[in-house]
Amino acid sequence: MDWISALVQGTLLGGLYALFAAGLSLIFGVMRLVNIAHGDLIVLAAYMGLSTTVMLGIHPFVALLIVIPAMAGAGYCLQRAVLNQTLGDDILPPLLVTFGLSVILQNALLEGYSADPQKLSAGGVETASVQLGGLSIGVLPLLTFLIAVAVIAGLQFIFYRTAIGRAFRAVSDNADIAQLMGLNKAHIFGLAMALALAVTAIAGILLGVRTSFDPSVGGARLIFGFEAVIIGGLGNLWGTLAGGVILGVAQTLGAKVDPGWQLLAGHVAFLVVLAVRPNGLFPRVAH
Amino acid sequence: MPEPILQLRVLDAHYGDFQALFGIDMDVSDGEVIAIIGANGAGKTTLMRSISGLLPNAAAQIVYRGQPIGALRADQIAQSGIALVPEGRQLFPSLSVEENLLIGGQVGRKGPWSLEQIFQLFPVLKERRNQAATTLSGGQQQMVAIGRALMANPDLILFDEISLGLAPVIIKTIYDALPQIVGQGMTAMLVEQDITKALSVSSRVYCLQEGRVSLEGRTETIDRDDITRAYFGTES
Ligand SMILES: Nc1ncnc2c1ncn2[C@@H]1O[C@H](COP(=O)(O)OP(=O)(O)O)[C@@H](O)[C@H]1O
Ligand SMILES: [Mg+2]
Repeated sequence: MDWISALVQGTLLGGLYALFAAGLSLIFGVMRLVNIAHGDLIVLAAYMGLSTTVMLGIHPFVALLIVIPAMAGAGYCLQRAVLNQTLGDDILPPLLVTFGLSVILQNALLEGYSADPQKLSAGGVETASVQLGGLSIGVLPLLTFLIAVAVIAGLQFIFYRTAIGRAFRAVSDNADIAQLMGLNKAHIFGLAMALALAVTAIAGILLGVRTSFDPSVGGARLIFGFEAVIIGGLGNLWGTLAGGVILGVAQTLGAKVDPGWQLLAGHVAFLVVLAVRPNGLFPRVAH
Repeated sequence: MPEPILQLRVLDAHYGDFQALFGIDMDVSDGEVIAIIGANGAGKTTLMRSISGLLPNAAAQIVYRGQPIGALRADQIAQSGIALVPEGRQLFPSLSVEENLLIGGQVGRKGPWSLEQIFQLFPVLKERRNQAATTLSGGQQQMVAIGRALMANPDLILFDEISLGLAPVIIKTIYDALPQIVGQGMTAMLVEQDITKALSVSSRVYCLQEGRVSLEGRTETIDRDDITRAYFGTES
């Protein structure tokens, strides 16, 4: 029973990792940009949630109404003002610039909020649980997983059923020819980053409700997100969810054997998948 | 004399240090079909890329309906009513046939062309509408590329070697469709290596040679020997 419980918890944890990963996957898919600052942007969203909940006295989930548009707007501006200038045939400039952004974000958060661990208080949702078939399942992890599924279904819908999603895929296929269709690449990339950071806002708030955070925790979130993307296969959003689940399960099972093995087990699972399937489990199929 | 729709004024084009076009002057009137001929490497594709904004130019080098557009981005030029059917078709592989057509229409210009009209022009595309564009035969892909450009309802359409690599019977199908396209009052510039094909549909012709205009004239009066000389260079 303990093992089953660990399996379920790992699966639900995978939802959070999929949320970390979805934005990363989206940005890479549309503009071949590896965003090193992604984890710190998640942490930034958590701090935005902290400020809004404290200042306005609202529930963290209500704060999403402010943090999502704020992060999306910041993403659009960041892309158009900075990141678009780094994109080109050379993949190094965007890596360096987002690495720089990561350092800047960490230092700014340290300056603004200090290194003290913070937490978003969600009025008991964190500790509530439901009984399901003899298992006690946390309400927050369950909610997080359901939100992750909804977010990925939503992204999938946007990508394959809407005009803007069509534009994302076209620009990703061939940016020059997409310009001939009247699509301004700079604007489309801005919208993609806005969408990615909207997802990041959700991930950041859920992270902040689940665990305490400080300005330095972004790096680990980047790694988890990155591993989930690679395990699932680049360019496949449902694969990213599967990747998050595999990572989460590996971590909770590892922790079950020995609490010290949690992170190690996740990294080992990642390396094993990479060794067996270098393109991930579900690489993007042509169309 | 009909209104000029496009004027090229001393147009140059460069790839890094390499100069591909030298002082091109052209005048295209509303409703004309212009053929651009020239050997491989003469600069025909470069000319198409310059006009459509994929290569940067000085503003005044390209004048469209009286407006200098040489310095605009490709998407702005597309919005203003110029569409390119690029060499090698260049469909979007992650998009279905229908999506490739729809994205051409995303410019949002009003006019006679819609998905239904394209499917009437090329019925085979309707059957294949949900297939990935790159699973089609070369000729069908060319139909998608033409349809994608038409969906923008352009005033000026540029065709870059639409017969390249296609079987003669397919080329005939595509050329048979051209009168229906330009019959709608659209102005067209047609790049071709096949001189006879090009002359059969155009009213005027420009010949390019090593980045310069080596000959221009009305199709019905132009001398075939002059064309041969202008096409291959003076020594032949
Ligand atoms: N991307 C490029 N980089 C450098 N040189 C190019 C490029 N594209 C074309 N060229 C050169 O420019 C000249 C004109 O090419 P192009 O316009 O493609 O000719 P055409 O379409 O008439 O065959 C050729 O000498 C070709 O080698
Ligand atoms: Mg060419």
